[in-house]
Amino acid sequence: MTETRFEPRIVGFFCNWCSYRAADLAGTARIKYAPNVRVIRLMCSGRVDPTFVLKAFACGADGVMIAGCHPGECHYLNQNHKTMRRHALLRHTLRALGVADERLRLQWASAAEGAQLAQAVDEMVAAVRAAGPLQWPRHLREDAPGLDGLQRAAQARDRAAGAPHGEARA
Amino acid sequence: MSAASKHKFAMYWAAACGGCEISTLAIDDKILQVAEAFEIVFWPCVMDGKTSDVEALADGEIAVCLWNGGIRNSEHEHMARLLRRKSQVLVAFGSCAHEGCIPGLANLNTREQIFDTAYRDTPSTENPDGVRPQVEFQAPEGLLTLPVFYDTLKTLDQTVPVDYYLPGCPPEAERIWDALVAILEGKLPAPGSVIGSDSTVCEECGRKRNEKRITAFKRNWQVLPDAETCLLEQGLVCCGIATRNGCGARCPQVSSPCIGCYGPPNGVADYGARLMSGLASVIESSDPKEIERIVSEGLPDPVGTLYRFSLAHSLMRRAAKPQGARP
Repeated sequence: MTETRFEPRIVGFFCNWCSYRAADLAGTARIKYAPNVRVIRLMCSGRVDPTFVLKAFACGADGVMIAGCHPGECHYLNQNHKTMRRHALLRHTLRALGVADERLRLQWASAAEGAQLAQAVDEMVAAVRAAGPLQWPRHLREDAPGLDGLQRAAQARDRAAGAPHGEARA
Repeated sequence: MSAASKHKFAMYWAAACGGCEISTLAIDDKILQVAEAFEIVFWPCVMDGKTSDVEALADGEIAVCLWNGGIRNSEHEHMARLLRRKSQVLVAFGSCAHEGCIPGLANLNTREQIFDTAYRDTPSTENPDGVRPQVEFQAPEGLLTLPVFYDTLKTLDQTVPVDYYLPGCPPEAERIWDALVAILEGKLPAPGSVIGSDSTVCEECGRKRNEKRITAFKRNWQVLPDAETCLLEQGLVCCGIATRNGCGARCPQVSSPCIGCYGPPNGVADYGARLMSGLASVIESSDPKEIERIVSEGLPDPVGTLYRFSLAHSLMRRAAKPQGARP
């Protein structure tokens, strides 16, 4: 049996005016690059609420790429400057949570920079592949010793009592 | 009203400090009205009672249970399931039950690291045999057991379904009374909601607000803030912009920045993300190097600042467990 290679799952938040068009251009120009980024198109990289990034990681993404217009070229004047600051805050927070820097990349790409965007995606995929899977839900799995027996007993008690309130919200 | 016809009331604590109970008693003489209106069946902090008393009740027999504290071990979880079953209305009472609060910051560490600190590393620990808590111990007299200490502290709603939330560390006595009145008069909001207001601390804060342009975040000891201007404008990381009001902006009023104990307003999935968004908007720089300096110098402990009360309830919930952390 051959060992399957780890394929990183990366969520991309691309701005409508520059980087999404750069990705489009990379496609029409038939540039080959890693298919690991699932692109979500937003109107502006300034629309990327840190919640989106954290949710992507919490749901199991191995990396997140935020791509927008170069500073000074934002369709909405300077919203990508906010992105820059949010990215700094996110990076520091994620680092403190044990998520390595290479898993979150901020990439500027104008609509003409299909090749540059493709190269950035390749670089990021290689870096995340080297870092290995993140799979955040795995970190939330409770594996304190002695737990299985206790939990089974508690569930059995609940079942015996007809537990009217169902299961907890995840 | 005879005891038989009174609504039954319970209050329980799990991973908490006891401040919620003190705040409940801070409703002063109105506590007598609580005793008048409810039959208190279980409240370990203030009266004797046994788990078996609760087990003996019929399911749903307790009208309202105020639960404070996070779920740190298997006993907490067992009690949460038991009281959920016995209670018609279960309230996540206070920040620990709602968002994990300070005990939730332990989620930055693994269970092993917590035990290392508690049973080995602190200077006051004398433990030459390296004894650690055991789940089971076979003593000559019989099998002794202890609850299992979890890797990750959970909030109440990550453990059992919760009907209402009363935020705050601790909830202000006035808000507690408002909630008790709402329960007594049957004027509760839709299930699942937070009992409280839905704006931010800034709304109740009397400080003057101008345009915010921050070039450096300062720590409390680095600045003597003036009494009138918005603390955030003075460079203090005041979390009021992302925090639900209900406290009367008590901290900023005495020149101490809001630290976010009331949690986020409605519709916010992740408190820290909201705060990041807010802070990113007021940093006055578009130069990556300068931004890096402002963030790294001003927020040396980003999780402790942005998620001081809410790490366990955040989207990430905890720091990464090291690979192969399974003991």
